[in-house]
Amino acid sequence: MNIPVDPVSIARDAVIYNHEAKSLLRFIACGSVDHGKSSLLGRLLFDAGLVLDDQIDALRKDTGQLTDPVEDLDFSLLFDGLAAEREQKITIDLAYRFFATEKRKFIVADAPGHEQYTRNMATGASTADIALILVNAQAGLTQQTRRHALIAATLGVRHLVVAINKMDLVAYSQATFAAIEAEFLKFADRLGDVSSTFIPVSARGGDNVVKRSPHMGWYRGPTLMEKLETVDVTPRAANQAFRMAVQWVSRPTPDFRGYCGMIAGGEVRPGMEILVQPSGQRTRIASIVTANGELDRAGVGQSVTLTLTDDVDVSRGDLIAEGTRPAHVSDRLDARIFWMGQGTLAPGGRYHIKLGTASAAASIAGPMQLIDLAEDAAVKSVDRLMSNEFGTCRLELDRPLAADGYNQNRETGSFILIDAESHDTVAMGLIEVPAIAATATRGASAMTAVPMPRDLYKLFGINANQARSLAKTLSWRVMGSVVTFLVALLVTDNTAIASSIVVAEIVIKIAFYYFHERIWLLAPWGRS
Amino acid sequence: MNTATLATASSTHSYLDQLEAESIHIMREVVAECDKVVMLYSIGKDSSVLLHLAMKAFYPGKPPFPLLHVDTTWKFREMIEFRDRRAKELGVDLMVHINQDGVARGIGPISHGSELHTDVMKTQGLRQALDLHGFDAAIGGARRDEDKSRAKERIFSFRNAHHRWDPKRQRPEPWRLFNAHKRKGESIRVFPLSNWTELDVWLYIHRENIPVVPLYFAKPRPVVKRSETLVIVDDNRLPLEPGEVPQIKNVRFRTLGCYPLTGAIESTATSVEDIIRETLDSRFSERRDRVIDQDGSSSMERKKQEGYF
Repeated sequence: MNIPVDPVSIARDAVIYNHEAKSLLRFIACGSVDHGKSSLLGRLLFDAGLVLDDQIDALRKDTGQLTDPVEDLDFSLLFDGLAAEREQKITIDLAYRFFATEKRKFIVADAPGHEQYTRNMATGASTADIALILVNAQAGLTQQTRRHALIAATLGVRHLVVAINKMDLVAYSQATFAAIEAEFLKFADRLGDVSSTFIPVSARGGDNVVKRSPHMGWYRGPTLMEKLETVDVTPRAANQAFRMAVQWVSRPTPDFRGYCGMIAGGEVRPGMEILVQPSGQRTRIASIVTANGELDRAGVGQSVTLTLTDDVDVSRGDLIAEGTRPAHVSDRLDARIFWMGQGTLAPGGRYHIKLGTASAAASIAGPMQLIDLAEDAAVKSVDRLMSNEFGTCRLELDRPLAADGYNQNRETGSFILIDAESHDTVAMGLIEVPAIAATATRGASAMTAVPMPRDLYKLFGINANQARSLAKTLSWRVMGSVVTFLVALLVTDNTAIASSIVVAEIVIKIAFYYFHERIWLLAPWGRS
Repeated sequence: MNTATLATASSTHSYLDQLEAESIHIMREVVAECDKVVMLYSIGKDSSVLLHLAMKAFYPGKPPFPLLHVDTTWKFREMIEFRDRRAKELGVDLMVHINQDGVARGIGPISHGSELHTDVMKTQGLRQALDLHGFDAAIGGARRDEDKSRAKERIFSFRNAHHRWDPKRQRPEPWRLFNAHKRKGESIRVFPLSNWTELDVWLYIHRENIPVVPLYFAKPRPVVKRSETLVIVDDNRLPLEPGEVPQIKNVRFRTLGCYPLTGAIESTATSVEDIIRETLDSRFSERRDRVIDQDGSSSMERKKQEGYF
């Protein structure tokens, strides 16, 4: 076929031949009901030339705008989903949209704004790299906006793009924009390690959506599309520990035994030492098998089949973890929970838990706390969680499972709860650093193997890291005090004085050492 | 075209690699969590990609499930030839189900109209086959970009004992945690290509060199024009209207279904690259060429609730 050489065909051929360089960005779009989210997404696609003629024809029929200029159409209706939703004029459910530019393919989780649909927002945010948060310039920051930002940050979204919409209705005022930005930044301190970008836009006029606005010369930042195309989403944890949950055991012939799964963290190479958890068997990777041949390494997000050098017992639900940096193994989990069920979540409740590929029975133990998203995450003690509420509780499992904290790994640090009767997915769980096992478990990881009465520290109401600091303080003190006593005795030759010095020293130095240790814990410098 | 360049580039982790890995993960998850799994094979390009992904997911073994084709008896002859040849080449287990009740009643797209034909031969045929063999999970090639109602469908999409889909009772799917729990008699439809678009499918076919039915490529074929739709005269079952004379035109298909219900487009695309160029240039989304989707604005949503795939 004879292709004429023109810029359009060059751009088109770039799609065919250069798509291997294209990256994937998953983002969640959230905004309150009247903040114009659907209009903005519609405008984004239209201005990027991604809305097809027959979609525009359908749009004209739906809106009755049969003769209006195409730029004036109501693009929000492009995203109108189910007939049930059109009848009730509301968005019920999370929808996924797709578009691609020359630089990226985008998967958009389009979350409805209503408060009662927090579950949809949390679901969409769980896989998102960034969150697009809509703010109505006229209304300013609302409780909803703060709620959306909090949910996104909680679920590990590290970039927020705050689009301040309807700038045309505030006369494109820089002062209005700056005031909203300042107010958001003040609140954003509470979100932890999250970066925010602010863009003044008008979905109606297309200002700063794809094209630069002629009305806001004072704004020098990127347009929304520029930001989406360039935001850096390479995983921050470059030195993440290797993790792969075993999905399925492949035994096509008697002499082949492979473990299939998607790599959830780090990197794997043949010869690497691994730990099978929770059983604790140690062995090495023999090979990384794929249909495209054996690999010399594989990383996060790849679906592979691993073979091991030893004939160990591995089945679905086991975690293959890096030998030197294993996951925690415990039959108790402290977690933050998004409760999505119809009834309430209360201590004593029993559910199925799915954590990675592992399943177990879980029961809810107290104490329970509500993290009130309507009051900027204020924490309150409660005896149950209502539908769409967010809180913390402890889960007791019928067998130990391997897990990481959600802050370390989104995949191995998350779970769902399934109702035993209705079989519905009723909760999303984010694991805090796992609690220490109540019962001794085989192959407990180094971090849970505290060589002293395991639950002693709980009497003091402190967590594992503090308990470890305390144990180290005491052992060091015993040794130090004996030495001090002997030196004092040699110098003064008086047992009473030597004893007094030791008593004073014990009291003073224990206190100082403990604080010294805690201060060092704050400094990441020099840790491997 | 330069296959070598693409082959070496595939070792990097591009967005197609990510889509592939996600789809493989989904397939392995179904197999591990369900008792009796089947893959619906409709012979089209999406099914070709699905089958290719299944071969990769379970390599070095074969996919641990059979393929099921619900044959409406009105498929293009080239589709049936392609189906049987591919199943043999890959050594996979292929089952074909025809709604014999529909055949006995003489149901066809021309005599009974597209809606009844599709309902009896496709929707009810599929339900019969799933019930007959007791499959509790069926993998299909539907994509979320095909239709507004599909944009909201889950990857693990739950069906009650009557194969009905309830859009208001869908299970949330956070992270990659799919819930396959169900009662006896209930089943799950699983869509590993949910996050793919039509363009992604073609780029992947191109990159992986996946065979597709020759009907996707343009060549001179006998067609008649009926209300803006070009219908190919595939066999002598298509009654010609008075004065209608089949013309030979250079045509191809963007989607494949029952031949009297599937419109051809005039085209000169004879390779996958040509098709991708045409897709990029095209200003029309693909389902427009399928007559059944024009039955009503929410027709796909309704068909899905009734058990259409």
